[in-house]
Amino acid sequence: MAELLRVENLKTQFHTDSGLVKAVDGISYHIDELEIIGLVGESGCGKSVSQLSVMQLINAPGKIVGGEVIFEGRDLLKLKAHGPEMRSVRGAKIAMIFQEPMTSLNPVLTINQQLTEMLELHLGMSSKEARERVIELLGMVGIPSAKSRVDDYPHQFSGGMRQRVMIAMALSCNPEILIADEPTTALDVTTQAQLLELMRDMVEQFKASLVIVTHNLGVVARYAQRIYIMYAGRIVEEGTTKDIFGNPRHPYTIGLLKCIPRLDEEEGRKLVPIKGLPPNLINMPPTCAFLPRCSYNIERCSQEPWPPLKHLHDQHYISCYADTEEKNR
Amino acid sequence: MTAYIIRRLIMAVVVLIILTLIIFFIMRLLPGDPLIIFMGRAAGQGSISPEQLENLRIAYGLDKPLMVQYFNWMGGIFQGDLGESIYYHEDVGKLLLERFPVTLDLGIRAFILGNVLGIVLGLVAALRRGKWIDTGATVFSYFGVSIPVFWLGILLMYAFGLKLGWLPVTGYTYPWVDFWMNFKQSIMPVACLSLMSLAITARQMRSSVLEVNQQDYIRTAWSKGLRERVIVTRHMLKNSLIPVITLMGIGLGLMFGGQVFVEIVFSIPGVGRLLVSSVFAQDYQVVQSGTLVIAVVVVLANLIVDISYGWFDPRIRYG
Amino acid sequence: MVKKQTIGADFSEAPVCVSEWGRFRRVFFERKLVMFGLIVLMLLVITAIFAPLLAPYDPYQSNMADSLLAPSSKYLLGTDIQGRDTLSRLIFGSRTALMVGFLTVGIAGIAGVTLGLVAGYFGGITNMIIMRTMDALMGFPMILLALIIAALLGSGIVNVIIALSVATLPGYARVMHGLTLSIRENDYILAQRAMGAGNIRAMFSHILPNALPPMIVLITLQLGALILAEAGLSFLGIGIKPPGAAWGAMVADGYRYLSSYPWLSFAPGVAIMLVVFAFNLVGDGLRDALDPRLRGLL
Repeated sequence: MAELLRVENLKTQFHTDSGLVKAVDGISYHIDELEIIGLVGESGCGKSVSQLSVMQLINAPGKIVGGEVIFEGRDLLKLKAHGPEMRSVRGAKIAMIFQEPMTSLNPVLTINQQLTEMLELHLGMSSKEARERVIELLGMVGIPSAKSRVDDYPHQFSGGMRQRVMIAMALSCNPEILIADEPTTALDVTTQAQLLELMRDMVEQFKASLVIVTHNLGVVARYAQRIYIMYAGRIVEEGTTKDIFGNPRHPYTIGLLKCIPRLDEEEGRKLVPIKGLPPNLINMPPTCAFLPRCSYNIERCSQEPWPPLKHLHDQHYISCYADTEEKNR
Repeated sequence: MTAYIIRRLIMAVVVLIILTLIIFFIMRLLPGDPLIIFMGRAAGQGSISPEQLENLRIAYGLDKPLMVQYFNWMGGIFQGDLGESIYYHEDVGKLLLERFPVTLDLGIRAFILGNVLGIVLGLVAALRRGKWIDTGATVFSYFGVSIPVFWLGILLMYAFGLKLGWLPVTGYTYPWVDFWMNFKQSIMPVACLSLMSLAITARQMRSSVLEVNQQDYIRTAWSKGLRERVIVTRHMLKNSLIPVITLMGIGLGLMFGGQVFVEIVFSIPGVGRLLVSSVFAQDYQVVQSGTLVIAVVVVLANLIVDISYGWFDPRIRYG
Repeated sequence: MVKKQTIGADFSEAPVCVSEWGRFRRVFFERKLVMFGLIVLMLLVITAIFAPLLAPYDPYQSNMADSLLAPSSKYLLGTDIQGRDTLSRLIFGSRTALMVGFLTVGIAGIAGVTLGLVAGYFGGITNMIIMRTMDALMGFPMILLALIIAALLGSGIVNVIIALSVATLPGYARVMHGLTLSIRENDYILAQRAMGAGNIRAMFSHILPNALPPMIVLITLQLGALILAEAGLSFLGIGIKPPGAAWGAMVADGYRYLSSYPWLSFAPGVAIMLVVFAFNLVGDGLRDALDPRLRGLL
C-alpha cells in the first residue's frame, strides 16, 4: 500500500513557567493507505501533542521546533500554520476527532450548522446540498431520526451520540487520514466498543486511514494493524500488532502488557504494575527516560544517551540497549 | 423558553413589590410628622389651624394603619396619581413625563455607544493579545472605571466648551426642534456617560474571548480548516457575549448613577437632576414617585436583558 | 499558605515543587502595574495617617485675603474661595476617602456576608425573602439609594457610610450566597454534619473560611468603586461639606468657578482617579494571584 503520511524527527516544545517541556522529542512514523495504526502511551507522553503538531494546531507557549511532515509530496510544517494551504488540508485531507465529546462541539450552533460549514467550505456545496449530505452522514453513523435531529443543539445529545456526530463531521469531506485522539476515553465501556466498531466500518467505507491515539492497549489490539508505543516524547517500540502483543521487546511495552488482565491466561497470575511514576518532562536527563522504572537495565543504559531505534526484524523496532529476549515472559 | 420567561417575569414582579415596600417604608422612616413632610414646611409653621391639620390628615389617609396607607398609595400609582410636587406645584407625573425623554435620549445613546465600542475593543484586545492594542485597551479600561464621571464632565466642559469653544457647554434641545444643536450638546454628556460602560464591557469581553479561545470546540473549529474570521464571528462571538450581556444589565443601573452627575454638570433637564434637587428641596413626593419610576425602569430593563440572554444561550432555551 | 508537593523521588524525576506562595508572589509582585498600584496605596495610607504633619496649612482655616489664588510657590496647588490651601485640603481629604471606604466595606461586608451565608445555608423561604430583597436593593441605581438615605438622614460622614453600606451589601450577599451554595454541597460539609456539627458551627467554621478568599478579592475590588461613590456624594453636596475636606466637594467648589479658576477642580479629581485606579489595579492583581479562576466570577 502506498505511503500517505511520513513524519520525520518531529520535535515540539513548550516554554512553561517551570521550564522547557520537550513534549515531542524526535518521533518518526508513517501511515499508509487504508491502514489503521495505533499510537499508544500514558498521559503526558506526547502522543496528543504529536498529532496536533501534524495538524499545525500548536499554540503558544508551544512551538514545533523541528522535523518534517511529508504529505502529498510536501512538508506540511513548512506551510504557514493558518495559511490557505494548510487550511485546505485540515478537515478536507486530514481530520481529527477529540477526546471530550461534551465540550468539542460548539454549544450555540446546531449540529447542522457545524457540519454544513465544512461541506460548504471544502466541497463547495450549496446549503441545501450540504444539509442533505449531513442528514445522510448522520444516518451512516447511527444517529436515529437524523432528519428531525439535525437542527438540534449539542447539549440535546448524549456523549456517545456527540462522538458519533464528531465522526460524521470528521469524515464529511472524505479525508485521507482520520486522527482519533483518545476518542473513547470519556465514554463508558459499551459505548466505547460501539464507537470503535463504527470508526472501523466508517474508515473502510470512506477508504481512509485511521490513527488511534490512546493509552489503552486493549483498544488498539483489535483494530490496529501497526502500533507505535510512546514514552516521554519518543517512540520506544513499533511494530505490527502481532509483534507488539506476541513478542513485546521494550521493557515499557512488556510492563504495559503485564498490567493488562487477559481472558486467555492461567488464573492466579498477578497483575504487575510498572513501578515508579511517569517522568517529569522538564529537565530530562540525556539517558533513557524509562531507566528509573526499568528492571532490565544494564550498565550501558545509565552511561549513554537515549538509545536509537534498533531494527529487530521486518517492521519491528525498539529503542533499547538491553537484550530483553531471555528475560521476557 | 416560555417557562424561562415566565419564571423571570414572576421574579421581576416579586422584586418590584419588595421595591415599593422599601421605598414606602424608607419615606415613613423620616423623623417628624409625615403630614408636615407631605404638605411642606407651611403646614408646620402654624399657618394652618390644628383642626385643619386634622382634616388634612384624614383627607390624605395618614391616620389609617400603615398597610392601608401603602395600598392607597399603590392604588394611586396605578391610577396615575404620583403625587404633587411642593416645589413646582405640579403633578409629579407631569414633571417626570417632561424629563424622561431627555434622560432616555442621552442614556440610550450612551448605552449603545459604550457597549458596542466596548465589545469591539475587548474582542480586538483579546485576539491581538500582548500586542500594543491589548495593553492600550487594558490601561484605558482601568482609567474608564477609575475616573469620576463628574470630573470628566468638568474637564471636557472646560477643554472643549470654555477654552476651545467648540461645543455648547450646557442645555438640552429636543432633536425635533433643532437636530444639529441637540447633537452638539449631547456629544460631551454622552461621551462621559458611555465611558464606564465601555471600560466594563471591554474588560469583560476581553476576558470572555480569551476564555472561549481556550475551549475545546474552538480547537475543533480550527481542525476543520476554517478561516480565523469565520471562527471568530460564527464560533466565538455568541459564546463570548453571554457573560457580557449579563453585565449589561448591571451596567444600566450604574449608568443611571452617572446620568445624575452628567445632568447636573451639563445642566440638562433630566430625571436625575430633578431627583437630586428634589431631595435637597425636601420635595418628598417627587423623590418617592421618581425613585419608584426609575427603579421600575431598571428592573424592567434587567428583565429584558435576562430574556435576551436566553436567546444567546440555547442551553437555556431548550435546557 | 505554603503547600509543597514533591512528585517522584528517583534521580531522573526532578522533584516538582508546587508552591502556592511562590506562584502568588510571582503573579502579584512581579507585575509592574500592580506594584505601581500598591505603591500609590501605601503613599495614600501614609498621607492619611500623617496628614497633620504633611499639610503645609490648616485645611479648615479661612483666609479671605488669599482667596482664589493660582498655584504658586506659596500655595502649591492654589487656594479656594475661602482662601484655604488646596494642597492641605487634598491631604486631609485622603482621610475622608479611606475612612469612608474601609468603614463602609467593613459594615457592608459583615452584613452582606452574614445575609448571604444564612440565605444560602438555610434555603427555602429564608433564602427567598433575603435574596429577593437583595435583588430589589440592587435594582436601585446605587447612587440613588445612597442619595435618598443620606439625604433623609442628613449630612455627615456617618450617614454617608450607612448609605453606602446599604447600597453595597446586596452585592456581597449575592456572591456569598452563590459561594455558600457551592461549598455547602461539598462532601466535607456533609461529613461534618454527619458527625453532629450544628448549623452555626458548619456555617462559621467551615463554609465561611472557604469563602473568604474570593470575598476578600471582591472587597478590595469594591474599595475603588466606593471611593468613587463617596466622591460623587460629596460632589452633590451630601456627606462632607466644606469646611470639611472631601475631594468630591472640592471638585464641586471648583465647578462654580470653572471659567476663571480651573485649577480648583483639577487636583482633587486627579487624586480621586489615581486612588481608585490604584485600588482597582491591586484588587485585580490580588484576584489573579489568588485564583485566576475567579476571573469569571468577579
